[in-house]
Amino acid sequence: MIFLSFFKTLVGKEIAVELKNDVVMTGTLHSVDQYLNIKLLNVKVVNPDKYPQLVALQNCFVRGSVVRYIQIPPEHVDTELLQDAARKENAPAK
Amino acid sequence: MASSIQEWKGKAICVVTSDGRTIMGDLVGNDQVQNVILEDAQERIYSNDAPVETVELGLYVIRGDNVCMIADYDKEKLVDTAAPPLPTILQQQH
Repeated sequence: MIFLSFFKTLVGKEIAVELKNDVVMTGTLHSVDQYLNIKLLNVKVVNPDKYPQLVALQNCFVRGSVVRYIQIPPEHVDTELLQDAARKENAPAK
Repeated sequence: MASSIQEWKGKAICVVTSDGRTIMGDLVGNDQVQNVILEDAQERIYSNDAPVETVELGLYVIRGDNVCMIADYDKEKLVDTAAPPLPTILQQQH
């Protein structure tokens, strides 16, 4: 569940999502769920000339299974906190 | 979250499938695995050498596996010019 919690800390931030069909979209992260399905507000396609079928889209639900990458602004990531959380998650059970 | 699709119930939405098709219609139902039911659905077919062709589909059910994105859209911004179809997402065979 660590990645779910991690993405929840990014709610409200501007992110870019690359799908497995090579489409890249940017938008404000609205919500994430356990499958890492995400909902973006005010999406913009990064390459609108190539994908005119997507320029009319406004708010977009993306199925987690079609996501290849999520690009996040580094200033919104606390890498130390993330590393700590990852260590805790993988700590041997006592 | 399934609830993030729910808010579009009764509204016109655009579903992009993993095989690259775009289907527009009014959302009448959905569930937690993104199965969707569309009313007055129509497919907008993009091709390299012809403007967009619209095919009426009527009442349409799309199984969640095949869903890539679900979004609301701005009718004014729909583009009807010729464009290469969206790439497909190859699915793993189980």
